[in-house]
Amino acid sequence: MTVGAPKHRELGLTDAEYELIVEQLGREPNDVELAMFSLLWSEHCAYKHSRKLLRRLPTEGERVVMGPGENAGAVDVGGGYAVAFKVESHNHPSAVEPFQGAATGVGGILRDVFALGARPIAILDSLRFGELDSVRSRHLLDGAVRGIGHYGNSIGVPTVGGEICFEPPYEHNCLVNAMCVGLAKTGEMVRAAAAGVGNAVVLMGASTGRDGIGGASVLASAELGDGDEAKRPTVQIGDPFEESKLLECCLELLERGLLVSLQDLGAAGLTSSAGEMASAGGVGIDLDVARVPLREADMEPFEIMVSESQERMLAVVEPAKVAEVLALCEKWQTGAAEIGVVTASGLVRVLREGEPVGEMPVEALVDGCPLYDLEPAEPEGWIYGNRATLAAGASPAEELLALLASPNVASKRWAFEQYDSVVGSRTVRRPESADAAVLALPESGNAIAVSIDGNGRRVACDPYAGTVEAVLECAQNLACVGAEPLGLTNCLNFGNPEKPAPAWQLDRAVSGLADACTALGVPVVGGNVSLYNEGPEGPIYPTPVVGMVGELPDPARVAGSAFAREGDAIALLGPFEPTLAGSELAKLRGELDVGLPQPDVAAVAAACAKVRDAVRAGRLASAHDVSDGGLACALAESAIAAGLGARVDLQPLRERGCSPEVALFGEGSGGFLLSGERAELEALGAIHLGEVGGEAIEIAAGDRSLTVPLADAERAWRSLADRVEAGT
Amino acid sequence: MIWGVLQFPGSCDERDALHACSLVGEARLVWHEERDLDGLDGVVVPGGFSYGDYLRAGAIARFAPAMEAVAEMAAGGAPVLGICNGFQVLCEAGLLPGALLVNEGLRFVCRQVELVVDPSAGELSSPEAGKNASGSSPERLSIPAKHGEGRYYAPGDVLDRLEANGQVAYRYAPGQNPNGSARDIAGVSNEARNVVGLMPHPEHAVDPLTGSADGLRVFEAMAALAA
Repeated sequence: MTVGAPKHRELGLTDAEYELIVEQLGREPNDVELAMFSLLWSEHCAYKHSRKLLRRLPTEGERVVMGPGENAGAVDVGGGYAVAFKVESHNHPSAVEPFQGAATGVGGILRDVFALGARPIAILDSLRFGELDSVRSRHLLDGAVRGIGHYGNSIGVPTVGGEICFEPPYEHNCLVNAMCVGLAKTGEMVRAAAAGVGNAVVLMGASTGRDGIGGASVLASAELGDGDEAKRPTVQIGDPFEESKLLECCLELLERGLLVSLQDLGAAGLTSSAGEMASAGGVGIDLDVARVPLREADMEPFEIMVSESQERMLAVVEPAKVAEVLALCEKWQTGAAEIGVVTASGLVRVLREGEPVGEMPVEALVDGCPLYDLEPAEPEGWIYGNRATLAAGASPAEELLALLASPNVASKRWAFEQYDSVVGSRTVRRPESADAAVLALPESGNAIAVSIDGNGRRVACDPYAGTVEAVLECAQNLACVGAEPLGLTNCLNFGNPEKPAPAWQLDRAVSGLADACTALGVPVVGGNVSLYNEGPEGPIYPTPVVGMVGELPDPARVAGSAFAREGDAIALLGPFEPTLAGSELAKLRGELDVGLPQPDVAAVAAACAKVRDAVRAGRLASAHDVSDGGLACALAESAIAAGLGARVDLQPLRERGCSPEVALFGEGSGGFLLSGERAELEALGAIHLGEVGGEAIEIAAGDRSLTVPLADAERAWRSLADRVEAGT
Repeated sequence: MIWGVLQFPGSCDERDALHACSLVGEARLVWHEERDLDGLDGVVVPGGFSYGDYLRAGAIARFAPAMEAVAEMAAGGAPVLGICNGFQVLCEAGLLPGALLVNEGLRFVCRQVELVVDPSAGELSSPEAGKNASGSSPERLSIPAKHGEGRYYAPGDVLDRLEANGQVAYRYAPGQNPNGSARDIAGVSNEARNVVGLMPHPEHAVDPLTGSADGLRVFEAMAALAA
């Protein structure tokens, strides 16, 4: 014990966990076994601090084809097709090495989707950085955006949407969440469970090297801090060309019915993929590390078992089909080796040239990790600090311009123009042209809409309400393009769950997610948890990121977020009851504090249904949800995108009890800014605000009325590129 | 008209190009190791990152077995269209003049651009373009561009000659050059005008639903060459 103790701690296991491993094995683990246990029992792989909470989430629904537990979730979109999707974090690798961290984040989520036999058709990303005046934040932003572009562009999957936010708590620990959406014939999807004793286990793709060793345990399951430079070898290196060949090869293998099951190699490499395939199938697996194609000679068995070298997949193949599989891999110039066999032993056995070097019960390895209860405690008051950047006494026009120029609100064209958003020729709505990305599915004759959202600052104000809002914002985005939600994926980015405040945030957020999804009737079909997101100054804002997929019958009927015609009426629909709590304006004024109003989910759902039906019927010229920066910013965005001014009067909101400033810049769920024929809008129950036209944004709001020339608004809204490049 | 669309390991746009070709004729994919292209009337070398493009864009693909057959077809007058990476491959193969360098902004850029079809570019210009040459504004196409290495370069005397010969098939509309290409050149042809390369992607612009159908004009013009 005394000899083993320092080593297991170094690998991230507690003394109690080590004792449990000894108990389950009936002996001390050797180095190979200890390395494998330490990874599969890490937070990243075992979800030991979150699994109990996640049981609250609704996971079932009529359209669910695959739910949590598979490589990705999938929903039925009709016509014999299913859409597979998942979001996953690559936060710590990106904080240490942003280009490769983000690139391999994209590579990993692509593999999760094509592991199901689905062809990836879209990528979205949700990114968080510190403020742009920090050199570190600009470096991380630049690297992450280049990395995402490098991988997605090179592999030919369009990046169709996403979001980027800038807040001081992400300064040290940025967030890089990547979501992939894929399309498959429903009947031809494949699961990850190993099956068929005697079947061959084939490793495909890149050779195995020493990169990414300990990524899941050392890097992903601990706080960042001093010495992160030394963790650079734990970051994997991506090669999109390898993945491109592997993707095409896997899809062709599946199309020809040559595979029993398929699993990607992600965190913890061969250890987790073999362990999870065996666990899901209730079988055992023998692997011979001497048969694994290596990049470097003399790799130790434990290194081979835990390497996180990218662009690898593990397949179970019937013996009679192995030769055909290897031949097809050769056609695609992708590596392939038969490295093991499915057994009835219930053990994962690691061999070297036939000699056992490790032997562990699958159950102990995969499901034996203890699950922990959190010890949550609500922190007292606002724990994140405030930083005023807007001069007191600013005029309403100055406030609008400051909000439009705020990097959270400003156009993200600088980033999304670095991404190929059109490959595949399905992209009906490109980034920033509508609230959700829209992809045509000629295969099934309809289309899907996809959105990804999360506002960590508002979740920090109230983890429950803020998370409900993230789900509602996705639903509103989908409604704006006429889509009905089918399913949801999520990535829960939080601080150290062993500390009371992040534990409380996580607990409340999961409840908010569960309640919102249940009330909307949208099942959670998959997701990912990223904990220990802390820097020396403390935890990040609690950041649940929600990705939602919806279906719409006719992509030609999709509305955009830009106003369409001079003279159209502008109206507000929905149970929008804004406040300045947690708003972008409160941030700029340095007035953030705890507390958010609780959204009325049923009322928002009803408004979503109205907007969705109106869009599908072609009754709206534009639809845009009211989000960051409030109604004034939503109005400016629709106007700038159209190159048309707008004249509105916010008196109706003031009659609801809003002060002029709250009517202008207050935030909250449930607001839709619509344009079209006045009679159509009023028939929907929308409140008339004004008209599209002119060359300015004119808003009557009592003593806070404002007029801003459209050109000035546009200059502010498009200022992000200059700020990134110049660092102001 | 039967098109072949080359497929290298690392190609990205071959399925979209196949679809676009199928709208103006018949089409099939051609695996990069195929040497016998008998039965094909024209070839598209599509976009992507052939063989990973880790050396220099297109530098490896020019040695592909299928490219030998493409060179023979080009010499025989068959239409050959290179798009993006395909344009880079055709330049590397010496089938088109010039080279494509890293974008002036040093970043990958994806954006809808307007192309001006050069009225002197013969069949590439539409039937109505005859009128354009005599005064009205030249034909414009709205097509997405997306590349990191798309800055067209050739020595000044070569550029002069290309212009004099009517080999500058497509230019970016004024103010829309996304990469710093010399003289706003977006696409060029060989002297015989049967080999054409351009950086923007007409195969992603064949349906108004996804932004524009102007790209079809490029495929129609190439198909007309085979007739």
